Amino acid sequence: MGEIVFVGLGLYDEGGISLRGLEEVKTADKVFVELYTSLMPHFSIENFERISGKKLHMVSRKELEEENGEAILKAAETGKAVLLVPGDPLIATTHVALRIQAEKLGIKTRIVHGASIISAVIGLSSLHNYKFGKSVTIPFSEASETPYEVIAQNKKVELHTLCLLDVKAEEKRYMRIHEGLESLLKIEEKRKEKIVAMDTLVVGIARAGSTNPTVKAGFLKDLLSYDFGEPPHSIIFPGKLHFMEAEALMVLAGAPESLKEIVE
Amino acid sequence: MPKFRQTADILKLMSKKEDIRNIGIIAHIDHGKTTMTDSLLAEAGLLSPKIAGEARALDYLEEEQKRGITIKTANISLLHEMENRPYVINLIDTPGHVDFTGKVTRALRAIDGAVVVVDAVEEVMVQTETVTRQALEERVRPVLFINKVDRLIKELRLNPDEIQKKLIRIIRDFNNLIDIYGEPEFKEKWKVDPSKETVAFGSALHKWGFTLSMAQEKGIKFSDIVDAYAKGEYQALPQLLPLHTAILDMVVKNMPNPIEAQKYRITKVWKGEMDSEIGRVMLKCDDNGPTVMCITLAQVDPHAGLVATGRLFSGSIKEGDRIYLVNAKKEYRVQQVSMYMGAFREVVGGITAGNIAALLGLDLARAGETLVDIEHKDAMFPFERIKYVSEPVITIAIEPKHPRELPRLVDAMNRLSIEDPNLVTTINKETGEYLLSGMGELHLEIAVKFLRDYSGGMDIVTSRPIVVYRESVAKQGIEAMAKSPNKHNRFWIQVEPLEEKVIEMIEKGDLAEEMGRKRMGTVLKEAGWPTEEARNIWALEEHRNIIIDLTKGIQYLREARDMIISGFRWACESGPLCEEPLRGLKVKLMDVKLHEDPVHRGPAQVMPAIRRAILGSFLTANPVILEPVYKIGVSVPAQWVGESSSIITRKRGRILSSEQRGALTTITGYIPVAETFGLSAEMRSATSGHAFWQCTFDHWEKAPESVAAEVIRQIRERRGLSPEIPSPKRFIDEA
Ligand SMILES: Nc1nc2c(ncn2[C@@H]2O[C@H](COP(=O)(O)OP(=O)(O)OP(=O)(O)O)[C@@H](O)[C@H]2O)c(=O)[nH]1
Ligand SMILES: [Mg+2]
Repeated sequence: MGEIVFVGLGLYDEGGISLRGLEEVKTADKVFVELYTSLMPHFSIENFERISGKKLHMVSRKELEEENGEAILKAAETGKAVLLVPGDPLIATTHVALRIQAEKLGIKTRIVHGASIISAVIGLSSLHNYKFGKSVTIPFSEASETPYEVIAQNKKVELHTLCLLDVKAEEKRYMRIHEGLESLLKIEEKRKEKIVAMDTLVVGIARAGSTNPTVKAGFLKDLLSYDFGEPPHSIIFPGKLHFMEAEALMVLAGAPESLKEIVE
Repeated sequence: MPKFRQTADILKLMSKKEDIRNIGIIAHIDHGKTTMTDSLLAEAGLLSPKIAGEARALDYLEEEQKRGITIKTANISLLHEMENRPYVINLIDTPGHVDFTGKVTRALRAIDGAVVVVDAVEEVMVQTETVTRQALEERVRPVLFINKVDRLIKELRLNPDEIQKKLIRIIRDFNNLIDIYGEPEFKEKWKVDPSKETVAFGSALHKWGFTLSMAQEKGIKFSDIVDAYAKGEYQALPQLLPLHTAILDMVVKNMPNPIEAQKYRITKVWKGEMDSEIGRVMLKCDDNGPTVMCITLAQVDPHAGLVATGRLFSGSIKEGDRIYLVNAKKEYRVQQVSMYMGAFREVVGGITAGNIAALLGLDLARAGETLVDIEHKDAMFPFERIKYVSEPVITIAIEPKHPRELPRLVDAMNRLSIEDPNLVTTINKETGEYLLSGMGELHLEIAVKFLRDYSGGMDIVTSRPIVVYRESVAKQGIEAMAKSPNKHNRFWIQVEPLEEKVIEMIEKGDLAEEMGRKRMGTVLKEAGWPTEEARNIWALEEHRNIIIDLTKGIQYLREARDMIISGFRWACESGPLCEEPLRGLKVKLMDVKLHEDPVHRGPAQVMPAIRRAILGSFLTANPVILEPVYKIGVSVPAQWVGESSSIITRKRGRILSSEQRGALTTITGYIPVAETFGLSAEMRSATSGHAFWQCTFDHWEKAPESVAAEVIRQIRERRGLSPEIPSPKRFIDEA
């Protein structure tokens, strides 16, 4: 029996993988990559193949989910299979299903971590990671009110909320910050609980992990029209701010001066 | 041009509701509806009296003229004077051939009364029964016209006594239908009786007709008519006993005007709240209330675009009005309002409650659509979907001879599916299959002719007809669990047969999705469902499948509900036996476990899991194939009764009754649709062409096991599926 190594690709482009991860790729018998769970806009398969000297087999959502990752399991029966996953392989994905299946079949599994979008975004925002509550993804379909509910729950206990934005890689659709906010405003219109309003403080982060990320804190009404540039995008709804958090938002993220009074 | 004067006259009258009658002419095929209607038209000044009776002005489609049968329904408005008072008759002629029954059903919503035409020689036939039943179900009051009396005299050479006996039998048989299908409050009042002027006798071909009082008034006895024929003087009869007077007087005297009719018909055809503004104005047929119209016919005019015809139940409608289509959920401006004159539409600018009108500019309007003025768009409860008595049960594959003409064929198919709600067109881009499903061989044959016309005479190649089947279950299945593709959501589902009684209620329209969940629940509870099940009905699917939610307190279930229902509908489209639609299933959602984050429990995760759980449980529920069964009626001289009956029984059919009526015997029975191909030829040769017969879809029935196995094998092969039926394991996951 062989093994499956879940290797995180880190963020943004092919430079995001760790040296240990690259070593696993080089010594693998077969290397798979999935690029549908999040957006790595500048990941070049060609470059990666040159650097690693290995051919990459792209796996679709269908192959991993509907077909239960059979191709990977098969490769792992006799040798070492590597599955490359954007970010940190088991964070905000459902790949644990494959890991469980493999172990049930007697295939060993290991993880090589990569930088995660979650730590990158939190780091860029300068907010304290101790103070984040549940995170949530804002989906393209407007049927779900879960994001609104999660923000409300966190707010009640004064915690920050990280909102990831939906990715439809198959259709090349990546939700942008203003779309996420508009979607929440629509729910606010229905629920009227004053959770998301024009004067709510919001932090928008674009291209975390790249050399030119954008981080902007401000009131929702201003961020709606702010140009964040290329995706991927994420949103944070801050809860109660520590004075260091407030200062950092003003100095590092262009938050309005009025924030000072709000904190004090 | 008398026509224009007529139009102006009629328009003025259309606002006087006491003087309006909305009626239809319905009958068994060839009993003489169109011939009779033409005679009426002639008197209204639209056709010269001489050609009426031969020209069949209403059969204006080339195809209809050629075959001498009516395919479409035609609308006309005409003027009739009685006792010096003018009346407007909005009249619809309908097709008699069984394969076009759907069109009759649509027409019935628009009218308040129906003249049922019965051929005196053939008497009450299968289709007479079908259309009369449909009329009664829509609370449309019937009166009787016994036609072709000339044939009793000239061909059968019956004496006045024998004629009288035959006529009495027809009236008795007809009243019998009212007894069976009429609602208790109406049936006694609506039974026909010559002494009450609800029966007329005559000859549409020779343009004479009378009611008893008319004959008495003129001092004419039946023997005088027999004499007239004997002496070859029957040409004088139309002068003496004009057909249009007999029919239209009978209509004006017995049929309700729209104000009277809407008082009791609205509660039948509309399931909204009677004690609301809209309910009240419709009950009163009020011109000044909100505009509400039920579209009963959609046709595509190559020049004008979509023409939507319907009955205005309240308010008024004119050019430029802003209206809303409830089912299409779309706002429109009415481009043109017109009324009918034979094949022509006359632009009239506007029309008031109680009338039938044609509107232009509403491209998404379909038969059954509800139209309301824009101010009342949110207050309007739609008319129930008009329920069709018949279902499409046979299918042919079609393709253009020259593949490059495919786009034009697709256009023509789209147009035809708008116009004919009984025709189902399926375009499968993946397999390149273009399918037409209809009620019978004639229906499809005509449909192909239409496609040819609509596409400018293209060559169309057709396959042999194939029968449409359904998949169902005979017992309760296991509680099957299926996981979503990402394995992070689980659904437990159990299917069982839906009670026959409930299926019947759906068929009758007593249970419909339009009623809303609450009303459906009440109805089901009354039908004996446990409260918990009745209260939690989620959706009712067109092939008589119901999903109910029996879970408790599941977080996020509300967000997944629509996806679960979509998965349910998807599963019902094609079953695991051979990808035919599922029918008659009660699908119970027993338990659900969902992922925390909405993107990991989206439609792509929920829908396939629901489908698999349904199909998995289905396969453990003793699955069966249902085949469509026709009701067959054969009319044949006594000496061939034996041969005709044995053909039916040989083809897995069964005889219900065999009744002698004069020289002819009427055999009724059931026969599986699959066995009817080639029936024509056999029947003809066995009876030397003396049998008249026709088939109407009647019900679905479990196919015998040996037949089912062969049906499944053939369909799987045709669809390119593996020969084996999948095992439940393919759909059910382990925890
Ligand atoms: N002898 C005789 N023939 C009639 C009479 N009325 C109609 N016919 C004939 O019966 C045939 C059918 O008449 P239609 O008026 O087309 O019958 P229909 O009920 O409209 O037929 P569909 O619309 O096709 O169902 C024609 O050949 C008519 O000429 C009648 O009073 N006497
Ligand atoms: Mg006709």
